[in-house]
Amino acid sequence: MNLARLVLREIRHRKINFALSLLGAALAVAAVLATIGALRSHDLQTEAIISDMEAATQSEMKKLEDEIRKSMKGLGFNIYIFPAGQEMSEVYADGYASKTMPESYVSKLADSKIVTVNHLLPSLTQKLEWPEQKRTIILIGVRGEVPIAHRDPKAPLIDPVVPGHLVLGYELHRSLGLKKGDPVTFMGKEFTVGDAYEARGSKDDITIWMNLGECQELLGKVGLINAIQALECNCATLDRLGEIRAELMQILPDTQIIETQSTALARAEARNQAAATARQQIESKKAQRAQLKAERQKLAGVLLPAATLVSMIWIGLLTFINVRERLPEIGILRAIGVKGRTILGAFLVRAIIAGLVGGAMGAAVAKFVSPTILPKEWLIAICLAPLLAALGAWLPSLAAAQRDPADVLRHD
Amino acid sequence: MTESINSNSPDASADTEVRPPALCLDEVNKQYRTAEGHVQALDEVSLTLENGEFVALHGPSGCGKSTLLLMAGGLLSPDSGTLTIAGGHPYALGAEARAAFRALHVGFVFQQFHLIPYLDVLDNVLVGELAGTGGDHRERARELLDAFQLGHRLHHVPSKLSIGEQQRVALARAFLRSPALILADEPTGNLDTENAAIILEHLGRFAASGDGAVLMVTHDDRARAAASRSVEMRDGQLV
Repeated sequence: MNLARLVLREIRHRKINFALSLLGAALAVAAVLATIGALRSHDLQTEAIISDMEAATQSEMKKLEDEIRKSMKGLGFNIYIFPAGQEMSEVYADGYASKTMPESYVSKLADSKIVTVNHLLPSLTQKLEWPEQKRTIILIGVRGEVPIAHRDPKAPLIDPVVPGHLVLGYELHRSLGLKKGDPVTFMGKEFTVGDAYEARGSKDDITIWMNLGECQELLGKVGLINAIQALECNCATLDRLGEIRAELMQILPDTQIIETQSTALARAEARNQAAATARQQIESKKAQRAQLKAERQKLAGVLLPAATLVSMIWIGLLTFINVRERLPEIGILRAIGVKGRTILGAFLVRAIIAGLVGGAMGAAVAKFVSPTILPKEWLIAICLAPLLAALGAWLPSLAAAQRDPADVLRHD
Repeated sequence: MTESINSNSPDASADTEVRPPALCLDEVNKQYRTAEGHVQALDEVSLTLENGEFVALHGPSGCGKSTLLLMAGGLLSPDSGTLTIAGGHPYALGAEARAAFRALHVGFVFQQFHLIPYLDVLDNVLVGELAGTGGDHRERARELLDAFQLGHRLHHVPSKLSIGEQQRVALARAFLRSPALILADEPTGNLDTENAAIILEHLGRFAASGDGAVLMVTHDDRARAAASRSVEMRDGQLV
């Protein structure tokens, strides 16, 4: 006969009392682990929300950037590079430079390590009379964007005009009744209308765009251009023009630079602002979630000890009832020489088994309810449950162990 | 059932050895405090039970019989006087040592049997092993249960036994370690004539073996008749 046998037989005999003890331990462990799991789920949820927000922001930024890039077609460019001797008053009066510079300048820029501008578009512009139609137009020869060699190529901002084609501004094609695909003669050469633009309410409406090479040939300015347009500034300081000038002057000393159409830059800056706002929103969300977590932790800080304490009291109460039911047994065991500490051990071992089995059951339930609980936490809970159960059962067990057998037997 | 059920005791043939009395009380007193004042439960009681004696203690309710029995069992210390069991002084020992002393030298039988309800017959007899005084008593328990005609009931719980069988299990538990002293409190109080006779026969046989003595509190005339000596108690005194 040994203590374990006595305890196990007693547990089998008083199943309800033991089952209630198991339930107490299981509920406490399940509550504690589920709360820990819920807090961790909160963290994971926060990570997911923030990650989604960041992905959405990134996507939105990309979209915004594409939109800006597209809108630049209509907004124009914010940097113009003109030949060094060009009178700017003439440019402001006529809208283009009368002087020219070699087209190779744009290749020189594109092949350089330039960082302050992003897009380079060479053009040859001239106001002239369309001899066949007897009307003044602005002719612009374009070759599309020249990719900067050391960067990833991007979609061209302005589609190059296919040789043999013309793109007509609104007033021209409307008044002449021309449409896409129609043949048209310009300066004695046959072309096809490649595109006919909608009204823009600007000089674009009386503009003809042509392939740069053909334009140079018609104007007798082969290999020459009169402007390079550049877009966007990756500047580090507010003096962006100063930075651009400083860099460009090193590459193309025989040019001059002016800044126009700052709206484009403003759009680009708006994009950066939008990114900053999005970052702020993410930070705000993080702070909000952190505050929610802190509140939950505070609540858990009250609930967890309460659940543990209630469970300990519950097990202590059930042990007390068990002791009361077993008083005659305690009396006879003490009478026949069983020591007080053995009696104490019998009740504590019973409580420890309840804590261990109940704790394991509670941990299993918690695993089902909250899969985010770590194995280490289960292990700690399963180890702590019997300890706390023993603590809960300590007082009634001690009272049982110290019970005077003579007193028990005399009153039985 | 002529074999000795106290076979773990020293050989009865060694009777030349002078052994101390199973129980010796010398002018013991015990007083209880109650709401009404002090009650003298035992008043200068002196009683000696030699090995081999089967003594019946009787008297009216409240005369101190149970107090005397508990004191004789090492469970209730006297206010004054001396008490020895098999020559030992249990009240000179600490609580733990006195418990071990009880386990080795005293056996108890109660009117209510006090069997452990969830243990089977064999485990109820062996429950004294929890005292931790050593030894494997399984064979001894089986022998006792066979002798008490309970060999076929070893694995039955008390609720499956008759009243008489339950008392015989309690008796086997008391006899397990061949104690010097068996203390029986109304052992036949709940039994029919037949079962009472069986219990008294076993108690008488235990005493007759000479290895110990039996002190039995009883109101039953049949039980008194079975004893080798009868002692009457009134108002805390032996008369």
